[in-house]
Amino acid sequence: MSTKLAKIEKRTAYLLILPSVLLVFSIILFPIFSNIWISFKNVELKDLRIPEPRAKKLVKSIKENPNQIKVIYKLRNSSLTQEITNVKFKDKYPDNIEPISLNNKCQFKSNLLKCELGNWPKKYRENLEIVFQNTNNQEISKKELKSYKPKLSGKSQNILLTYEFTLNNFKKVIKDKAFIDLLSTTFYYTFFGTIGAIVFGILAAQMVNQKFFGRTFMRSVLLFPYVAPVVALAYTWELLLDPTSGTLNNLLINYQIIDGPINLLGQKYVTLNIFGFDFKLRLALTTVIIFEIWRYFPLAFLFILARLQAVPKELYEAADVDGANPTQKFLNITLPQILAVISILFMIRFIWNFNKFEDIFLLTGGASGTRTLPINVYQQGFSIGDIGMGSAVSIVIVVFLLIFMFIYFKLLGKRADEN
Amino acid sequence: MKIKNIFTYCFISSLFLFSLICIWKILVTLQGIELTNFNFNKLFIFGIILCVINLLIGKKLNLNIKIILLALLFSIFDYFISTNLPIWYSFGIFLISLFFFNNIKDYDKNFLSKNHSSQKLFFNFLTLFGITLFSFVILFPFYMMLVTSFKTQAILLLNPLDFSINFAQGLPELFKSYFIVFKDYNFGRYMLTSTIVSLGTVIITLIFAIPAAYAVARLNFFGKNFLSTSILIIYLFPAIVLVIPLYTIFSQLGLRNSIEGLLIVYTATTLPVAIYMLQGYFKSIPKELEEAGIIDGQNWLGIIFKIILPLSLPAISSVALYVFMIAWNEFLFSLMFLDRPNTFTLSRAIQFLNVGAETPRQYLMAGSVVVTLPILIIFVYFEKYLVSGLTAGSVKG
Repeated sequence: MSTKLAKIEKRTAYLLILPSVLLVFSIILFPIFSNIWISFKNVELKDLRIPEPRAKKLVKSIKENPNQIKVIYKLRNSSLTQEITNVKFKDKYPDNIEPISLNNKCQFKSNLLKCELGNWPKKYRENLEIVFQNTNNQEISKKELKSYKPKLSGKSQNILLTYEFTLNNFKKVIKDKAFIDLLSTTFYYTFFGTIGAIVFGILAAQMVNQKFFGRTFMRSVLLFPYVAPVVALAYTWELLLDPTSGTLNNLLINYQIIDGPINLLGQKYVTLNIFGFDFKLRLALTTVIIFEIWRYFPLAFLFILARLQAVPKELYEAADVDGANPTQKFLNITLPQILAVISILFMIRFIWNFNKFEDIFLLTGGASGTRTLPINVYQQGFSIGDIGMGSAVSIVIVVFLLIFMFIYFKLLGKRADEN
Repeated sequence: MKIKNIFTYCFISSLFLFSLICIWKILVTLQGIELTNFNFNKLFIFGIILCVINLLIGKKLNLNIKIILLALLFSIFDYFISTNLPIWYSFGIFLISLFFFNNIKDYDKNFLSKNHSSQKLFFNFLTLFGITLFSFVILFPFYMMLVTSFKTQAILLLNPLDFSINFAQGLPELFKSYFIVFKDYNFGRYMLTSTIVSLGTVIITLIFAIPAAYAVARLNFFGKNFLSTSILIIYLFPAIVLVIPLYTIFSQLGLRNSIEGLLIVYTATTLPVAIYMLQGYFKSIPKELEEAGIIDGQNWLGIIFKIILPLSLPAISSVALYVFMIAWNEFLFSLMFLDRPNTFTLSRAIQFLNVGAETPRQYLMAGSVVVTLPILIIFVYFEKYLVSGLTAGSVKG
């Protein structure tokens, strides 16, 4: 009895999860694997168009003979790169019409014109002309003839499904001089974005954890940048930072803090003079990181605030009795309590910032030293049009991602052991 | 010890007052009023003097009178060093200094001679300063977005710092950019597409996720542990590594430029997080309720519909709102999959506006307001649900 119930339970469970598993498998897991496949192939954006045999039908009347008509099919291979094999042609005709002469490729049977057109090389063009006559010696209506559309079919090799592989994409990715720069930019962006978001998150959480007028309102406001759509925010920032008519530059000039406008999103380096040392700062990258921090600190804030509110009040009261000062209280009570949240937050945000695409894409498009790996995937795949290269770069991302995930789950496991 | 405390008190308080005044001055500048100097030296020193006076008076005077008196003194001083400013500017200064002196009214000699008083003071001001600064920095871009959409190109170029709203021109003139965005740029259609896509994603995701989450939470089957770990792992895979293969597959299947294609992708990407969030909640529902249902002769479907669903409405609303937010804000896939204007979502349409011909910025900002406002309204209205959704699922974003 119980085994029977267990069996039913099992069957129900599989039935309930099957749709989700299928969907996730086909849209997330399958693409990740096909990424590996594509990255070993030499595929370009233009190869993705499936070659199609096409025909344009022209109908011309013959002056001397109104009950005859000439039909011209303009045939072509739509692909500029691939051949189509075994092209078949089919077209329908009204009753009482038959062709006068036919070449050996074609047949006319019960109002159907069928042709076997063989193989078409790339860019192939051909005109097929057939003269028809009405068997009842009546005039043929052009309109009726035109209303039928020819159907063509053919086999073409899908470049994605061939078994030709190449290592060129990976060679190009690694040999690229900019690759080291790409990696360092990505890590720079990821690391400082993550750290900054967490630091500001802690500050904001500490603030909101105190009692003051308008606290709940403040909590909502702090989440605005995270909730609002990236597109709107990125373009607003772009206007704000614009060198000629942007608010920030004009404000700074107005208050005589700077002499001339600074192109915060378009300038790669700025030289800062600190204690007599010239120090090169990557300006556009820093601006993008600041945007990143601005947008994602609310998340850290939310997590840390939830944790702070769970810290027992007695701990602080005991510290007060011991005469601890605020810094000591923060370092010895608050920080250890939120450390677990921070480490998990750090890993997760690190993984996500590593893959962040939209923010940089919308702000700078990857120009002026802000090209990170995800931006490179887009540029290789869609700006340059080399799908294979783009795939190879995303495989690099996946490899890094797997390493990070391994560390993350190790960390989670360790936490679970401790508790 | 005491001298050090008094020194930090004066320095920090005055600095705080000055920064408040700075924010106010910036806001005033943005109303198109000419103001080119923060007057740091004078205001800072006068601030210190007033702080010392506050300390000296202590509690000898009624506190309310003391606050008003000091605030008045400060406003009058500011009025004299700055010229040709409207009366509402000085009134603002008065209110700010009122707020400031209200905060420092309790500090007197006794307080400053206590242990850690300088640190306490420092942290109090840090909190106050932080709150003002954070709200300013966060709200300012939103404010700018809104106000820019009410301006015209000519005025924006004439004085980039003038962000005053001219109500005298009448409402139709004020909302002109919105009329144009909806009429000439077809934003009504994009908004409809966005709504259909987001709501569709929510509904399909829930239909797929609820049974799956129930199975993971309650039923025993082979591979259950494997499944729940893989949910988390899949969830961490970013859209950017899916983009190229999905693009190639979708363009060969003819699913690009279709709402169906977007719906499939959005559902698949939000499904792991939805299952993850829901199964956590389902586990917290007492098992006895279901057992009672089984005794009453319900089958699995009956249990899900009659017991689990009504009990987990809050969790389902959180998931629904969270998924709605993700779908509404999504940009990468809509950029990749849509290149015909008749299938654009709002995000894609705004990007298209910006990349395309020189679009005047007030239209761009009007479009941005159109895409931002609904999500902010939903957020403020359903904050409780959305925040719990964010905390549970915000690993992603």
